[in-house]
Amino acid sequence: MPGYTVNPFVDGFQETPAGPVPRVKTSLGPADHLGTIRARTGIAGNQYKINPGLYCAGNPSSHSPVLVTANYKLSFDSLRKELSNLDAWILVADTRGINVWCAAGKKTFSADEIALQVKRAKLSAIVSHRQLILPQFAAIGVAAHTLQKKCGFNGVFGPLRAADIPRFMKNGRQADEPMRTVTFTVTERSLLVPVEICMLWKVFFLVVPGLFILSGIGPDIFSFKACVERGLTAVGATVTAILAGSMLTPILLPWIPGRQFWLKGLLTGGVMGLAFIFLVNDQAGVMEKGSLWLWVVAIASYTGMNFTGATPFTSLSGVEKEMQRGLPVQFGGALLAIVLWIVAPFVN
Amino acid sequence: MKEFRYIDGAAILKLNEEACVGCGNCVTVCPHRIFALHDKKAGIVDYDACMECGACANNCPVAAIYVNPDDGCGCAAYIINSWISKVTGKRVNMFNN
Repeated sequence: MPGYTVNPFVDGFQETPAGPVPRVKTSLGPADHLGTIRARTGIAGNQYKINPGLYCAGNPSSHSPVLVTANYKLSFDSLRKELSNLDAWILVADTRGINVWCAAGKKTFSADEIALQVKRAKLSAIVSHRQLILPQFAAIGVAAHTLQKKCGFNGVFGPLRAADIPRFMKNGRQADEPMRTVTFTVTERSLLVPVEICMLWKVFFLVVPGLFILSGIGPDIFSFKACVERGLTAVGATVTAILAGSMLTPILLPWIPGRQFWLKGLLTGGVMGLAFIFLVNDQAGVMEKGSLWLWVVAIASYTGMNFTGATPFTSLSGVEKEMQRGLPVQFGGALLAIVLWIVAPFVN
Repeated sequence: MKEFRYIDGAAILKLNEEACVGCGNCVTVCPHRIFALHDKKAGIVDYDACMECGACANNCPVAAIYVNPDDGCGCAAYIINSWISKVTGKRVNMFNN
């Protein structure tokens, strides 16, 4: 059709009684990898999606399974790259470009949405069976037992991870306990670090000018030299804190003692803060060093606590509980650090 | 996920065993495997592993499960914004905080 282009992940079309269905590649190309990097760093923003609807992999027939997923491109990619030895239909729900779990959490990935896509794709004319294989993570939003009434198809929960789809199919569409259990491996945690850090850019660039201005205040009212020198030290401490809270805390998560994230961030920040004041600036007095250390601890505790939003095991009730304890400490610590930082030049 | 434990006693999760019909949907969908079926009734076997995702409640055909309904799979920044929005009445956009 005029004006249309074929997505780079499509390598042909399968004829069906309901018209042609795009066949997807089951390996990822350079464009996919580049897109993954953009999404993982937050550069792509929230716009990394594909058109919802029916796709297929291999050479599916009317008996082939129907796998349901979200229209976030990373979700779609993680599914299709597992299908190299399978003939399957892929029904992509319109989740506004959000991944399976989060979209289900916000109820955009729902039984209604799946039913809509089933009808839109005329799925009942394409397959002879009446079964949809749903990602287990969709269960927060998709009440599988209501699908039958809404679209004539039954929903069956497949494994949590797309990587287990081949094993699930081989097992006679049965998921074992490991397939149904969420994991949070060091690799999975590391993949979340870039977005954690990139989400802080906006605040970081708001804070940095403030740090420089505060650093210049002294007995001479305002010293440009102090503004630059002490300002850089303060920015260095801030970067150290972000690395402690948003990188080290997530990666070392199970090995840092304690359960509450604000405490884990506090510990990591404490150690990194000590390292920072030992390594940087011998001329700094005790008060300045104390201020820098407090600053690192407070910010690392906050950024560490912020990671609760990315884990697959923290309950909202628990997060609210720990925030009520953590926030006063973090806020008080940061405030005290700023006061000490301003007062220090007058005392020296 | 036995290697990660969060705050004990925090999760809001209630199972009405009398209403339970023993379909096993909750056992299937829970990503933390906290339910088990005994004598055709679901039971909670690992309460403190609950992360309040709500998959069990959503897939219970007889509404026998209650989970903290607050829609809050969010980071600290999101939760702060939602606290603020309770005061100001403004809606929070999950992805622009």
